[in-house]
Amino acid sequence: MDFIIQNILNALQWGSFYALIALGYTLVYGVLRLINFAHGDIFMVGAYIAFFVAGFLLGPALGLSPFMTFLLAVPLTMALTACVGVTLERIAYRPLRRKGAHRLYVVITALMCGLILEYSNLAVLGASRLKFPELVEKSIWHLGGVTITNLKVIVIVAAVVVFLFLNFIVTKTKIGMAMRGISYDKFAIPLMGIPIDSIIVFTFILGSGFAGLAGLLFAMSYPILEPFMGMLIGWKAFIAAVVGGIGDIKGAFVGGFLLGFIEVGVVAMPFLESTYKDLFGFTILLIILWIKPTGLFGMPQSTKI
Amino acid sequence: MQKYTLNIIMAACAIVLLVLAQFRIIDNYIQAVIMFVGINIMMSTSLNLVNGNMGEFTCGHAAYMCVGAYVSSVLSVLFFGKGFGAALLPSSMAVLIFPIIILIGGVFAALVSILVALPSFKTRDDYLAIITIAVNYIVISAIENMNWIGGSRGFQGMKDTVWAMKDTLKGPWMLFWVILFTAFTIWVIRRFITSTYGKGVNAICQDEVAAEIMSVNTNRIKTVNFMISAGLAGCAGGLFAHIVGYVNPQSFNILKSTEAMVMVYLGGMGSLSGAVIAAVVFTGLMEVLRSQAIMDFLLAPATFVFPDWEPSAGVIKWVMIPLLLVLIMQFRPEGIMGNKELSDVFPKLKKYYTFK
Repeated sequence: MDFIIQNILNALQWGSFYALIALGYTLVYGVLRLINFAHGDIFMVGAYIAFFVAGFLLGPALGLSPFMTFLLAVPLTMALTACVGVTLERIAYRPLRRKGAHRLYVVITALMCGLILEYSNLAVLGASRLKFPELVEKSIWHLGGVTITNLKVIVIVAAVVVFLFLNFIVTKTKIGMAMRGISYDKFAIPLMGIPIDSIIVFTFILGSGFAGLAGLLFAMSYPILEPFMGMLIGWKAFIAAVVGGIGDIKGAFVGGFLLGFIEVGVVAMPFLESTYKDLFGFTILLIILWIKPTGLFGMPQSTKI
Repeated sequence: MQKYTLNIIMAACAIVLLVLAQFRIIDNYIQAVIMFVGINIMMSTSLNLVNGNMGEFTCGHAAYMCVGAYVSSVLSVLFFGKGFGAALLPSSMAVLIFPIIILIGGVFAALVSILVALPSFKTRDDYLAIITIAVNYIVISAIENMNWIGGSRGFQGMKDTVWAMKDTLKGPWMLFWVILFTAFTIWVIRRFITSTYGKGVNAICQDEVAAEIMSVNTNRIKTVNFMISAGLAGCAGGLFAHIVGYVNPQSFNILKSTEAMVMVYLGGMGSLSGAVIAAVVFTGLMEVLRSQAIMDFLLAPATFVFPDWEPSAGVIKWVMIPLLLVLIMQFRPEGIMGNKELSDVFPKLKKYYTFK
């Protein structure tokens, strides 16, 4: 029993990262109908930004205590990562959108931007791994046979809070209404006096900011940074977002946790090797998509004839 | 006679290449680059069938390459190698059996593509993209878990077949096969797309519902198209395995799929000649930027400012090529050819070839 609860907690932590990244994917997709393949690499950039921010705050110039550093690093990392995301949108996506290029060319541009981020990181910082400093004093609670660290709690709570916050923004505020409007009909929205570009920039700020938060929390949980850390987790989070039904906040959240549960479940099974993780995870997702072609919460699209 | 000018020129080029390779005028490196150009042409044109002509969005093309590479490698070792016990066939048979091995690899890859083709009846663009990525991961993960073919350590021993062919007759065998299969690929795709049956592919791209009403059997066309595309990619994988002599599941991951996609979109969606040109340009760029000397020359201003920064060409290459592509996309968002064939740009060319 303890073993099961322990693994459920691990799955919740692992799924939280997927959910956080998938939420960013979904936001951008829902508004722009663009698969932002650079999102996983924005998550990686967020982790690196967190590293440098933490190093600067802990360093000789300021010399803050680790906990203060953590409190300050969260908004700073989110803001700086959001800048990276908005820069990408400005430089790469917006001109293409203006020209009315085919959607898939924008996707390829996004892929290329991701590669640029990865390899320029590798070129500038070298291939040696970075060790993330410990910000939060690790305290471990034992409940029976189950161990809970405070970091696990922080990660899971952060994912849930971000989900609720985004849900509130998209469903209850004016700017969220504008977002939903853009995804509903891109051509009528400017006629209603809604500044379409600012809304899109706001979307990128939200998505990239939460990718930065995910990067910070990931670096705190698994404190080794490398330039390609965003690649695999980014693709997987994207798949999770689609399984939930892309363009749907709730779907991304559920899909991320679903993928986390599947992967941790396969690893935890006593009679399965952990190398089967990808095989089982993706096969289950494939079966879900076979049964429900538009994801768990996605709306079936109807074509007008 | 005038109608066959292009074919004659192509055949002459191929023969000249083979003769040059035979008498060692071009060294093994140049030969390898030419072979990779051929394989990339196969990859980009076959992906172009699905991504360009049918307007679907596949980003797991390397999965089929992986299947083809592994199936043909295993058969190769089984028949002519020592990996699974003694060779089943005498080495004199290698020349006859080798193309069959490659084609069998393609057939298996085509069978794997049914995994994608069946859901594509119901799902649309982005959901299908996910399914293809998932299939890519599934194939790689499945092969990594098969210990009898080396798992994640990779698999080798295919070179025995190449050496067996060289025992029969000394010559640049692999170059010959790559040229032959590249020509075969382009021929098959061109014939398929321009046939009455294959016009359905473009019809699906334009408007699926209307195509269905106009009696195009969309499900069948989709399946056939996916299978042809995957089969040709499988052939490319088999050739790749025999050139390199070592395959590893991780060499067919998403990055490889991305390369194929880049070639398609660089050339322009739905343009066969564009895909060929893009494959040549892309492979050439990859090889040119591989050299450290050229890279140092290009980065001289940067290293002058930061003397202790020592960029390695293998890394900077992957910054420069995407950067170049992003710039190309900014100035020419429809790719090099942009949905036109070469003969549309230069109409006079039509006098010199025939596709009847």
